[in-house]
Amino acid sequence: MKSGILVALVRGFRMVGRRCIDGIWRLGAGMRLFWLTLISSGESFRRFHLTIREVYFTGVMSLIIILVSAFFVGMVLGLQGYHTLQKYGSSEAIGVLVALALVRELGPVVTALLFAGRAGTAITAEIGLMKATEQLSAMEMMAVSPIARVVAPRFWAGVIAMPILAALFSMVGILGGYLVAVPLIGVDAGAFWSQMQASVDWQHDILNGVIKSVVFGVACTMIALFEGYDAPPTAEGVSRATTRTVVTSSLAVLGLDFILTSFMLSV
Amino acid sequence: MDRTTIDMWVGIFVTLGVAALLGLAMKVGNLTTNTIGETYTVTANFENIGGLKPRAPVKSAGVVVGRVADITFDSATYEAVVSLTIDKRYPFPKDTFANIYTAGLLGEQYIGLEAGGDEASLANGDKITQTQDAVVLEKMISQFLYNKAAEPAAPTGNSESTKPEADALGASPLDNIGKQPATTTE
Repeated sequence: MKSGILVALVRGFRMVGRRCIDGIWRLGAGMRLFWLTLISSGESFRRFHLTIREVYFTGVMSLIIILVSAFFVGMVLGLQGYHTLQKYGSSEAIGVLVALALVRELGPVVTALLFAGRAGTAITAEIGLMKATEQLSAMEMMAVSPIARVVAPRFWAGVIAMPILAALFSMVGILGGYLVAVPLIGVDAGAFWSQMQASVDWQHDILNGVIKSVVFGVACTMIALFEGYDAPPTAEGVSRATTRTVVTSSLAVLGLDFILTSFMLSV
Repeated sequence: MDRTTIDMWVGIFVTLGVAALLGLAMKVGNLTTNTIGETYTVTANFENIGGLKPRAPVKSAGVVVGRVADITFDSATYEAVVSLTIDKRYPFPKDTFANIYTAGLLGEQYIGLEAGGDEASLANGDKITQTQDAVVLEKMISQFLYNKAAEPAAPTGNSESTKPEADALGASPLDNIGKQPATTTE
């Protein structure tokens, strides 16, 4: 009886330890892949059409989901903001609310979450299947580094596409907020734009949003690449890796967002 | 898919992104109004700056003529030293009066400059001597309560009882607010 409890306890500790070691191992392996990608990314710039092709698949193909959701997020922000602000008789400040919320937070974060779901999963599944069908091993046999040929172009494409998508998200979201606030509700257009311009700062708000989106781009793309590269070469392994990409990217984006925001607000 | 088609779409994508960033900077942000060309810097001492923040606007007659560059504390006089950068196009006389105002009831605080009559203009590094502190609501209320307590109890039933009380309510507390450093605007 007593030994049964002891065995269960030991098993529990063992599981926690294995999870911990596994997590640290994956973090280290991910960092190693990140470093390898960085040092072998010369070819993705020399043969830039490889990167451009990936920008097309990760960036241009994500445009529709990003723009449509940005439009609706902006419109909802406009409606919700108006209903709260009019209680204080300052419904003109709706432009400030929409712009700051989008440029500082929602633009980079929601774009990164959508990017992880739209492009990150595609990257993971593609690389995982390449590994499962031994295309990566075949490249190595032909003395072509799969990291330089497959991983690095996708990485740089993600890093290039993410800030562009985030900037488009913010801009379209603000247009959505404008459409709700000015023609629909009847806030004065001049007050909407001028109050926005008075309180949105180029450096503290817009540039920090761009920095955030670059960091999220690196994190999301790298997680997707690592999960694909690390996936067991089976159908189940690839499906699990795809799920893990979404979960890990979302958590990483939200955690990094808190860290970056606390740094940016204190400066 | 054809390589030239991909190139075209990526080109459109990147151009859209750059346009969005430019739009954010110009239409949403204050990049255009931020750079006000050449400026000169003057300082002003305040006993209390309330909630004034760096980068708060400096206005004269309601027009933004500069920004608050820096706020420091002078431990010799126990005063706040506020340095203001003002656009070179707008010279102000040496006896300009600097007030801290609040935009609206709950709005941000800004510095209002009221020009004096001096012939000489403020130059870089000068100090504005005539300042008026921010209005602190708690101070105002406590002063009001103090005045209320100090005044003699109004005799009830008197026909003239309403008049002095109205004076004390309406005039005295507000008159004493914020007149500590200097009172001459003219």
